[in-house]
Amino acid sequence: MALAKRIIPCLDVTAGRVVKGVNFEGLRDAGDPVDIARRYNDEGADELTFLDITASSDDRDLILHVIESVASQVFIPLTVGGGVRRVDDIRRLLNAGADKVSINTSAVTNPDLVREAADRFGSQCIVVAIDAKAVTPENDRWEVFTHGGRNRTGLDAVEWARKMQAYGAGEILLTSMDRDGTKIGFNLSLTRAVSDAVDIPVIASGGVGNLQHLVDGVQQGHADAVLAASIFHFGEYTVREAKLAMQAAGIEVRL
Amino acid sequence: MKVAVIDYGMGNLHSVLKSIEAVNDAGAEVVLTSDPDVVIRADKVVFPGQGAMPDCMRELNAHGLAEAVRESAAQKPFFGICVGAQLLLEHSEEGDTPGLGLFRGEVKRFARGLTDAQGERLKVPHMGWNRVFQTQAHPLFAGVDDGERFYFVHSYYFAPAEAGLSLADSEYPERFSCIIGRDNVFATQFHTEKSHRAGLQLMKNFLAWDGTV
Repeated sequence: MALAKRIIPCLDVTAGRVVKGVNFEGLRDAGDPVDIARRYNDEGADELTFLDITASSDDRDLILHVIESVASQVFIPLTVGGGVRRVDDIRRLLNAGADKVSINTSAVTNPDLVREAADRFGSQCIVVAIDAKAVTPENDRWEVFTHGGRNRTGLDAVEWARKMQAYGAGEILLTSMDRDGTKIGFNLSLTRAVSDAVDIPVIASGGVGNLQHLVDGVQQGHADAVLAASIFHFGEYTVREAKLAMQAAGIEVRL
Repeated sequence: MKVAVIDYGMGNLHSVLKSIEAVNDAGAEVVLTSDPDVVIRADKVVFPGQGAMPDCMRELNAHGLAEAVRESAAQKPFFGICVGAQLLLEHSEEGDTPGLGLFRGEVKRFARGLTDAQGERLKVPHMGWNRVFQTQAHPLFAGVDDGERFYFVHSYYFAPAEAGLSLADSEYPERFSCIIGRDNVFATQFHTEKSHRAGLQLMKNFLAWDGTV
């Protein structure tokens, strides 16, 4: 197997700064997006994901400037998500230098947006982000939540992933809401259930606290890529250390 | 020297342009253009492309650029990227689309249900960093290691009808051609503009290239 499993640092951006919270609340400042992007690029990150968590639509355009600056200096794939509602939002992000755009809440409220966007710009640049939470104590059934985890949709996460693939999504960004910010590891059952159910790549997200968690995400969760934020932002591990740990576990990585 | 990056509405042009500017030590004039005359007058041409091949071919024709691309590829240093590379072949399985036919061969879809030697399932699109094995010597490979990783995102791949057209292979899980070219034309399936140092090195070599092999 020659294709490398990807490590993707995730930058939550608001008001032009990178921030990080626990369980979607309690935000801490983590630095300037361009500086952080450049550092991760130098350390060997395979891609970068930016989530615009700006609450007010007045400040939406700030993310375009951030992406423009990053894309001028960092030559790896950039994914941008957060507040994407219309085909025109996607066009503006792609024009600013994003390579992929991630659609979350709007995919639920308006699934045709995914189809239209995939037709217009190609599946390769349409990521559907799924925020899922276990709805059984056995952790064997998961539902899709929207609006940053506040709204339960009643949609089964595995079925939803299959449907989004059929609508033209090129990739799934799967976040376990139960695990996000907890540092106890990915929800591996959820990750495996979704990854095995679709033909498109799945990025595992939510819960990474150490490097073994990344290894588990690939080997047990069958993820094609692993996403993490706080372990990188606060200097606990470098991207390179993460790759060396994955390589030592027998996973193919790009070094 | 003038480098034309062809804009027909189907590429991540910002990234392509910025990646060329990042290695433009010689101070070439780099222009983004939809004007066939500008393309024809340029010294070098970069031909990006993203999305579905039928859309790319339609937009290329709608912009009146197909002939300028053919003409440029026939005579000056020419760099195709992704769908911009696929378009150089005769035909694509994607939407049963005729290409520009500069090179004999077609563009095929990866089969469904692929697995690697360990039985692990391979997803399509083929997305991420994969190794590029150089199968012919080429001036653009200067400073690029054989087996270096580049960033791919595609569901369709080159199947050139003449072995000599393929300059490099990758594996997924079978070997497939990921760079095609002849004489002054060099075209990659992967995205040089998203392949970090190795991608920038290829583009830097292109800016210095006189189009001979």
